[in-house]
Amino acid sequence: MSSVRSEPGAGWLRSPLDRPVRGWPFWLNAALLFLLLTSATVFFFFQIDYRWDWAAIWEYRQKFIDGWLATVVISLASLFISLLVGMLLLALQRSHWILLRLLGRTYVELIRGTPPLVQVIVFFYVVAFGLGLENRYVAGVLVLSAFSGAYIGEILRGGVESVAGSQLDAARAVGFDRVQTWRFVIGPQAIRQTLPALTGQLVTLVKDSSLLSVIAIREFTKNVQEANNFTFSAFEGYVPLVLGYLVLTLPISFMSRWLEGRFRYET
Amino acid sequence: MKLECLGLRKQFGEYEALRGIDYQAPESARCLVVVGPSGGGKSTWLRLCAGLEIPSAGSVSVDGVELPRDESGLLRYRRSIGTVFQAFNLFPHQTALQNLITPLVHVHRFEQQQARDRAMQTLNRFGLGEHAEKKPAQLSGGQRQRVAIARAVAAQPRFLFFDEPTSALDPVMTGEVLALIEELKGEGVTLFVVTHEIGFARRAADEVLFVDEGRLAASGPAEATLNDPPVASFREFLAKVLQY
Repeated sequence: MSSVRSEPGAGWLRSPLDRPVRGWPFWLNAALLFLLLTSATVFFFFQIDYRWDWAAIWEYRQKFIDGWLATVVISLASLFISLLVGMLLLALQRSHWILLRLLGRTYVELIRGTPPLVQVIVFFYVVAFGLGLENRYVAGVLVLSAFSGAYIGEILRGGVESVAGSQLDAARAVGFDRVQTWRFVIGPQAIRQTLPALTGQLVTLVKDSSLLSVIAIREFTKNVQEANNFTFSAFEGYVPLVLGYLVLTLPISFMSRWLEGRFRYET
Repeated sequence: MKLECLGLRKQFGEYEALRGIDYQAPESARCLVVVGPSGGGKSTWLRLCAGLEIPSAGSVSVDGVELPRDESGLLRYRRSIGTVFQAFNLFPHQTALQNLITPLVHVHRFEQQQARDRAMQTLNRFGLGEHAEKKPAQLSGGQRQRVAIARAVAAQPRFLFFDEPTSALDPVMTGEVLALIEELKGEGVTLFVVTHEIGFARRAADEVLFVDEGRLAASGPAEATLNDPPVASFREFLAKVLQY
């Protein structure tokens, strides 16, 4: 991917990945942005004239760490399982059996059409109870995966359906069997299509893990809110909260950017 | 090689693309060229013979063996032949070299090094050595089609199918590609070419086949058939094609 032809006049059509910013222009702009954001933050907090009291919050640092770790574990497990659910839904919707296709379709529409908060409550108090699933953490991970998996399934389906019929012709003509066609043709082309949307969904999943606080799972957001309540403080807890989530979500974005570069090709 | 079609029909929903083709290629023919108006069924016939579609009725036999109707049998057949498409259909995420190597390794069970050698040797032969590491988007149309041909011949198939290989190319690139196809003819592989290039048919074909409205309307030795078309529809077609 060394030389990308430059087409004059079509600059706005090209992806920014074609013109990566490096060296001092990057750092200068980054510093400028940092300055802007910091002054905006300082300005707004100065306006409300808030008295910061970090000492009270510091008492509860262990609660923060526990909550954060719970969120990390819940997110990682749900990331993994929701990808599996997504792939399963993709397979269902491409099945030769009408019943399975309908099942996949109905599942996606039900999940997408109802609020996640309601899903968490219904799943935990009805389905999990019916299944005799007592560990609320396991139930939480399952409901999150079920929820996010519906979206991931649709993203994957879009990617797979974007692979041109002529590519499938070529795959058959060179003699690839079904597995080889997925491995060498559909997979790599679909991944390139789906990466940006998939990243968004995975980042959303990390943040949505905070929904589990309604079934009394002691994850990051819930623990921070509790600490805020115990100490009668309004904002202090939210600063580490914001940073704690960014530490989880930014690496997903960076990794996706890197993968996008690797799977990039012109068409 | 021997190609034989009996009562060959293909229906797509309501639409009947091929309405019964009976044809037996002369055993000496090394290059069959199919011409005819667009939508007449040429490409459908090629796709049936190349094992990419299953006939609605009738049969195709190659070298005396009838093509199977199940996907795994057809897959085995397709692995013994090569097909080149109008739109090249290279894998855009792979380099020219990878486009050749992947099928050699995973379909034809070459060792990695052996596959690389064979692929480079094929690309070099087609004057594409310096482009081996480029992706399809970085190549011209003519170069892409030559890579596609290289991919089809790398495993030394017994039969090569070309579905309008130059219809997406300008005249200069068309020349490059046709010269290459003609060169292949001298090497013992049998060619089945669907094209609009009457000049190519005249130069390279042993046998010319005129397909119109889903039927084989005329066939015979190239020179004689083109000079004196046996049916009116073929004469009209040639008059239109050669007008400009």
